[in-house]
Amino acid sequence: MLLVVEQFLNGLQFGLLLFLLAAGLTLVFGIMDLVNLAHGSLYMMGAYFAATFAAWTGSFLLGALLALGATLVLGIVLEMSALRHLYGRDHLDHVLATFGLILFFNEAVRLIWGPAGLALPLPAWLTVPVPILPGIHYPAYRLAIIVVALLVALLLYLGVMRTRVGMLIRAGASNREMIGALGINIKLLYTLVFGLGAALAGLAGMMQAPILTVQIGMGENILILAFVIIVIGGIGSIRGAFLAAIFVGMVDTLGRAFLPNLLRQVLSGAAASTAAPALSSMLIYLLMAIVLVVRPEGLFPANRR
Amino acid sequence: MKTFSASKAVTALMLAGLVLLPLYSYLSGNIFILTLFTRIVILALAAASLNLIMGFGGMMSFGHAAYLGIGGYAVGMLAQEGVGSGFIQLPVALAASAIYALVIGALSLRTRGVYFIMITLAFAQMAYYVASGLARYGGDDGLTVYKRSDFSGLINLSNRTQFYYLCLACLFGVIFLIWRIVNSRFGLVVQGLRSNEQRMQAIGFPAKRYQLVCFVISGTMCGLAGALLANNTDFVSPAVMYWTRSGDLMVMVILGGMGTLFGPVMGAVVYLLLEEFLSQLTEYWALIMGPLLLLIVLFGRGGIMGLLGRLNRG
Repeated sequence: MLLVVEQFLNGLQFGLLLFLLAAGLTLVFGIMDLVNLAHGSLYMMGAYFAATFAAWTGSFLLGALLALGATLVLGIVLEMSALRHLYGRDHLDHVLATFGLILFFNEAVRLIWGPAGLALPLPAWLTVPVPILPGIHYPAYRLAIIVVALLVALLLYLGVMRTRVGMLIRAGASNREMIGALGINIKLLYTLVFGLGAALAGLAGMMQAPILTVQIGMGENILILAFVIIVIGGIGSIRGAFLAAIFVGMVDTLGRAFLPNLLRQVLSGAAASTAAPALSSMLIYLLMAIVLVVRPEGLFPANRR
Repeated sequence: MKTFSASKAVTALMLAGLVLLPLYSYLSGNIFILTLFTRIVILALAAASLNLIMGFGGMMSFGHAAYLGIGGYAVGMLAQEGVGSGFIQLPVALAASAIYALVIGALSLRTRGVYFIMITLAFAQMAYYVASGLARYGGDDGLTVYKRSDFSGLINLSNRTQFYYLCLACLFGVIFLIWRIVNSRFGLVVQGLRSNEQRMQAIGFPAKRYQLVCFVISGTMCGLAGALLANNTDFVSPAVMYWTRSGDLMVMVILGGMGTLFGPVMGAVVYLLLEEFLSQLTEYWALIMGPLLLLIVLFGRGGIMGLLGRLNRG
């Protein structure tokens, strides 16, 4: 029972983290029609910035705030210097150009921080276990991730659905010429959206940093997960990304936790322990295949596509 | 002179260079260059196979590295189990790639555009995780191929020159095949589907079936490259299938010129030589390579072949 609740919360936490990443990816794609493979690099940069700033300032929170600002600025610089020239080009051009950016970022990190990974230690008040149910404790930091991610999701929803900028963003997604003709500075709008996406990726990276080590290429594995999520949820749909992220996070975490035992019921011990890791890693890809066979456009396709 | 063009001249020069390379290596005593070019030729073969569906068929597969792994693992696993004959290993490698391509293609072709890019990518990642889970065959650490495929005296793969010429022959064979396919009725239908699928379907062609066959042919060709690659490095590991490898192949195709017969070969040669050159120049070669790719996308439409074509027109 304890294990089930704990793994359930772990799944939720992982899913919410994936949502932050997938939201930025799908926002940029849905609005600017840009396939950004370098999104995972921004996630990595967020983690490196957080580890560095936290070490400089000696404060975890201050470091995280500075890192958030730094990824926002980095995203804006990236958009203005390179990606802005790719709008309206073929998707393949996006894939190639942002693939080049991945090479660049990985190497730049190696040059600046060295090949060894970094660690981002947690402050004492975030390491204590918190009682959530009678007799059940859960790490405070993981709870904090759940709270922050839910808050960000809510803010994002309100921001896009209820504010004037959000209205412009939605308008830009459905007809970019029209909104430009209405006298809206679409260049600035796009830059802001990309910066927002970058900041979301950076936030995901820095929140994951204390749990995993901060290392080169850490964005590449998780980027694929984010892709799986937006494909399952329907490209360009934030709501789809949210539901699919929670779903994928749950399936992945629960699969890893309980699949070995389940397999042991039907297979011999040795066969089960060899099959389980591969099968649990594959689980979400199987899931994606099934979803696409049933609904090639994803579960919650955005209206435009 | 209507028959002369810069792209033809450069292509001919490159092909002559590839054919004569072992001679240069022998005369100069530079063995390393032969090893390097064996790798280049094999990856050029993989890039050419990707170009068949990407350049001519308009299907952007981002999971082509999976076939490199499948072909390689077929050779490695059979060798591990004591089956050393290339006459068994090679057909198994090709058949395994073809079956994988058939299943993946049938599922992926239900989608289009970015969905297609991403679903092929995800399936290749799935293959990557399967290989990582193969504890009997090295798992994450990979599998050493202790003995190269044995073609019972017909050709000796341990001889560098013979192996190089085998790879080159495979490359030329595949390019010849692609040329025949592209100019056949089948190839014209596939190219027609790239430009207007609805119209082709309205004429009465079963679109998905044509695309699937093309997808399977391409995957099988790339499986051949995988089998050769495992023999070249005497080693195969899940890393061959990692998604950045698929990105490398895509870069080669686009760099050389998508949808041209020899473009991918040119792209592979230039990309891998550049990588070699830059990595000798500085440890941080990717720092230059990354922005270079960006610049190529921004300014070099049509890749090297496109550039040569423009050069010719004036």
